[in-house]
Amino acid sequence: MMAIWKHELKTGKLSLCIWSFAIAFLLAVCVLIYPEMEGQMGQISETFSQMGGFSQAFGMDKLNFGEFIGFFCVECGNVLGLGGALFAALTGIGVLSKEEKDHTVEFLLAHPVKRSGVVAQKLCAVFVQVFFLNLINVCVTVGCVAVIGESPDWEKMALLFLAYFIMQVEVASICFGLSAFLHRGGTGLGLGIAAVFYFLNIIANLTEKVRFLKYITPFGYTEGAEIIRTGTIEGKYAAVGTLFAVVSICAAFWKYTKKDIC
Amino acid sequence: MEAIETKRLTKNYGRRRGITELNLCVKEGDFYGFIGPNGAGKSTTIRTLLGFLSPSGGQAQIFGMDIVKEKTQILSGIGYLPSETMFYGGLKVRDILRFSADLRKQDCRKEAALLCERLELDVSRKIDELSFGNRKKVGIVCALQHKPRLYVLDEPTSGLDPLMQREFYTILKERNQEGATVFLSSHVLSEVQRYCSHAAIIREGRLLAADRVERLGHTGAKRVTLCGVTKPPALDGIKDIKEGSGTVSFLYSGTPGRLLKALSEMELTDVTVAEPDMEEVFMHYYGERRDVL
Repeated sequence: MMAIWKHELKTGKLSLCIWSFAIAFLLAVCVLIYPEMEGQMGQISETFSQMGGFSQAFGMDKLNFGEFIGFFCVECGNVLGLGGALFAALTGIGVLSKEEKDHTVEFLLAHPVKRSGVVAQKLCAVFVQVFFLNLINVCVTVGCVAVIGESPDWEKMALLFLAYFIMQVEVASICFGLSAFLHRGGTGLGLGIAAVFYFLNIIANLTEKVRFLKYITPFGYTEGAEIIRTGTIEGKYAAVGTLFAVVSICAAFWKYTKKDIC
Repeated sequence: MEAIETKRLTKNYGRRRGITELNLCVKEGDFYGFIGPNGAGKSTTIRTLLGFLSPSGGQAQIFGMDIVKEKTQILSGIGYLPSETMFYGGLKVRDILRFSADLRKQDCRKEAALLCERLELDVSRKIDELSFGNRKKVGIVCALQHKPRLYVLDEPTSGLDPLMQREFYTILKERNQEGATVFLSSHVLSEVQRYCSHAAIIREGRLLAADRVERLGHTGAKRVTLCGVTKPPALDGIKDIKEGSGTVSFLYSGTPGRLLKALSEMELTDVTVAEPDMEEVFMHYYGERRDVL
């Protein structure tokens, strides 16, 4: 019984295509302009790393722009990180609440479907959409890297993509959890959550005093500079993030199975 | 067997009233009307029965199954038409009908095609392009295509033109003759009077009366019309006075002897005493409560 899952993918197809192509296009442009930038990057790498707070905020103090992977982290990392998080937030926040906003929920729940089944299938649909967005972006990146003839450390590249994927799953899960509590659409809330998470990480990068914010924002474990330096995803941040995601999903099941549909 | 049975069913929205201690009994195979003004609690009752709202008190069963514990099983035997039928934008009518059938794990294509033909519904059109009436037809097909045991219809004919309303009721009558139960809410009394065998009247969340439709008319009150005078006789039990040119009409609920005695003393050119129609019955129950308040 996957009718709802299929229906969600069908109705979300257009949004997924638009977001995937938009992000993939920006990624492709970033990767394809690298050969031209490479020469200049070597020289300005030092400058970039000495821009104080600004460098810290984007992790540029720890990166080597002369290398492709260093360039990719900052340029593409922001595109895929922020773009992916926005898509994940929008998809997660709308999937349950839009039925009530558009009054289609009466149609859906008049059928012999368990509410927990509705939640499970819709959650699966969100994850599948996030997965496809990332798959498309990985394929486009690999293709563009081949075109420019670079050979970065693929293991680290894979870790970067994995970190972004986990982050998007977390953002989608948190928004999905909130979606169960909303009676009307929450587009603004979803966008706000993604943006706040992104800026929390930037603030956390700036000063030691608020480093704890990295536990809160899923962008904490997508810090490209750290992943490249250590060759691993920061486990403690990712663990807290996973906990947030699990709690949000449980909250969605708890709330949606007992809420009054007006 | 009872298709629907509620015992002291109550639903409050916080401090706001929904329905209060509703006792309703609809026999299997019945054509049952649920009448009340807007905001009386008709939709709340239906939504509680279907499991959209969890009851605040009391119990309800559909075909002997508990509406809370056996919700999914109950829903597989119900065809529901909401008062405002909304569907997913961007899809075609046939996609919606297919989705509805898939959710029930049934192949309803043959029945859906028949219903669409009778209701003159074009399945290749997009939902967003449909008028309110045509969207209603999509809702009707979704509620009918799987041939359920019980039809729960919330204000079913709003938005349908008279010809379509007739076709819709013809289909419902056919289904009813095949053994299905029909439970519909309406504030159009003539509709209930014409098609339903039993009816219940609800107001301010409480059930005022429930009986056979013709017996609901036997409220003890008669519609009395007098010609040749413009004032009714001075009697107790007179309500709803309507004065016309040279006529006066009123609802009388006292003893016939007193009425006849009073009339014999008046200069009348004509008298009619008739059963009040459903509209008046409704006003009778409605008015009675208002008098109390």
